Amino acid sequence: MNKFRLTRWLISLPPTLFLLIFFAVPSLIMIVTSFRFPGEYGGLAPLTAPETTAAEGDSGLYGMTLEAYHFFFSDILYAEIFLKSFVVATTSTLICLIMAYPVAMLIAQSAKKYRNLMILLVVLPFASNFLIRIYAWMIILGPESAFSHFINSVLQAFGFEPVMMLFSPFAVLVGTVYVHLPFMILPLYTNLEKHDPVLLDAAQDLGANRWQRFWLVTWPQSLPGVFSGSALVFIPVLGMFAIPDILGGTGDILIGNLIKDQFLGTRDWPFGSTLSIMLMLAVLCVTGLFTLLARPRVPR
Amino acid sequence: MALLELRNVIRRFGDFTAVDNVSLSIQAGEFFTLLGPSGCGKTTLLRMIAGFDVPDSGQILLDGQDIANTPPEKRPIHTVFQSYALFPHMTVADNVAFPLKMSKVAPAEIKKRMEKALEEVQLSRFTHRFPHELSGGQKQRVAFARGLINRPRLLLMDEPLGALDAKLREDMQRELINLQKEVGITFIFVTHSQDEALALSQRIAVMNLGNIEQIGTPSAIYGTPANRFIADFIGKINLMEARVTQISNTAMTLEINGLGTTVLPPKKEIQAGDQGVIAIRPEQVAVHALAKQAEIPHAHTGKVLDFLYVGDVTTYVIELDSGIQIEALLANSSPGRARFFEVDDPVIVSWPQEAAQFLVDRP
Repeated sequence: MNKFRLTRWLISLPPTLFLLIFFAVPSLIMIVTSFRFPGEYGGLAPLTAPETTAAEGDSGLYGMTLEAYHFFFSDILYAEIFLKSFVVATTSTLICLIMAYPVAMLIAQSAKKYRNLMILLVVLPFASNFLIRIYAWMIILGPESAFSHFINSVLQAFGFEPVMMLFSPFAVLVGTVYVHLPFMILPLYTNLEKHDPVLLDAAQDLGANRWQRFWLVTWPQSLPGVFSGSALVFIPVLGMFAIPDILGGTGDILIGNLIKDQFLGTRDWPFGSTLSIMLMLAVLCVTGLFTLLARPRVPR
Repeated sequence: MALLELRNVIRRFGDFTAVDNVSLSIQAGEFFTLLGPSGCGKTTLLRMIAGFDVPDSGQILLDGQDIANTPPEKRPIHTVFQSYALFPHMTVADNVAFPLKMSKVAPAEIKKRMEKALEEVQLSRFTHRFPHELSGGQKQRVAFARGLINRPRLLLMDEPLGALDAKLREDMQRELINLQKEVGITFIFVTHSQDEALALSQRIAVMNLGNIEQIGTPSAIYGTPANRFIADFIGKINLMEARVTQISNTAMTLEINGLGTTVLPPKKEIQAGDQGVIAIRPEQVAVHALAKQAEIPHAHTGKVLDFLYVGDVTTYVIELDSGIQIEALLANSSPGRARFFEVDDPVIVSWPQEAAQFLVDRP
């Protein structure tokens, strides 16, 4: 028995160490960075007063500071970008949920021999590169695409102004939903597949119509799947920068873009780190909430 | 008018006829059992009565109204499923209250009736438990309470006691009989267990291959089985091939293979030359020590081949001199019968002539 336990420890030690080190060390670096001054040309200002010549003068920018946090909380703009990211993430999650649920139900109710094939189809888009798929949407939503022409001709037929779909919040939502839909379908399917069909028979037998059977029997039992799927969509969307970069307009900046800019654009590493920490705290809160909600009340 | 009437109900799955032209009627307040081996069509029949399946032809009348195409949720018929089918995410209270909520009963009324229903099945202390926190017997009682709370016209039960252990099953059988008497609701019970059917029912329909072979009270089914299948299926029985040699208005003479002739009261529609079986229950067969041979009429000699002692009774398998094997069930408690025979003991076997029945083979 003891030997067994030792073996288990030895096997799980390397991955545990890997995760611990490569999560803890960067997080620590980030936390420390957020309390420092930015360097003049990117990077960080020194911790100790530099030996300067009189000609250069003393900038005074060294040591530890709360400057980045002060900056974050002094401008409402950042709160707005956070809020907007939350709205985009929430909206994407809801759209994914509404679209994924029927698909997951369909797969779960199909004959066993077709289920694996259907799951394969759901994850098939992962076979091609993420960026290529996003650029493909750029073409589909672009003003010269057949899709755009079709939408605009329909709009004009009803007397509306033609629209530009690309570089809009709409395009960002299309992208996020498209990329994250499988992450919602899979946990939902895993949950729905386990439901005992006789419970639906029982509900029907006791007088429940189709609608009641769904809301009183299927939906409450599927909540753990709903919450884990939502977490898998919400969290990545919150920190995402590639999709708004490519499909969004100039006004569609999310936290992810803001953070990326601090490191690659404005070269303010401490502020970038501060934003990352804020994002991480937000994600931790949401994850905690989801974990709490996703905990099945009924052990199987 | 019968509460439920099935008229010429047929249900086919591809080439397989699951229910083959079944007609039967069930009276209000009856405890009726559909009994048969697995695959005999009893579950298909039950599903059609519940509404989960639709007959290919024939009528299902409830209070004279054809309900064959009414969906299950619109039928005043509830089912207790084999696996109980309790909603795992609802408490006992919510499970039991479910049918009332579906028929939009006022919340105060629901609470009152739910509490009363749980009291009736002695589960008042478990109101706020979830199904996974209950024992098998408790889940069973919740399922019954849930099936009965909305006063259905009919309660269907699909082998509901199958998952319980023997001791608990016997208790539940007694409870079920009392429950049915109290609520006065008509029960249709489906089982493959003849013991259960005999113990619970007022009437039994024995099914085989999609047909009803016999309908009758438990004692009629057990005592006077209609044919070889029923005799064999219900309880233990000795079947000996026999042929009618002579028949008159007062007597029927039969030749039993290897055992000579026997005379029984005549039966209708039987002619000289008909083949069939003589059926005799093991508990009707008497076994005696060899010495008494002279005093016993219609006796056959043989020896004990094997026996099975189960406490209250012992079943002896006896091989007669002709090679026929006969089972005899002797109660161990009875003073005159307290003697145990050993394997290879020579014995005499006899049975009262009137206890034997001739079951004719119909092509």
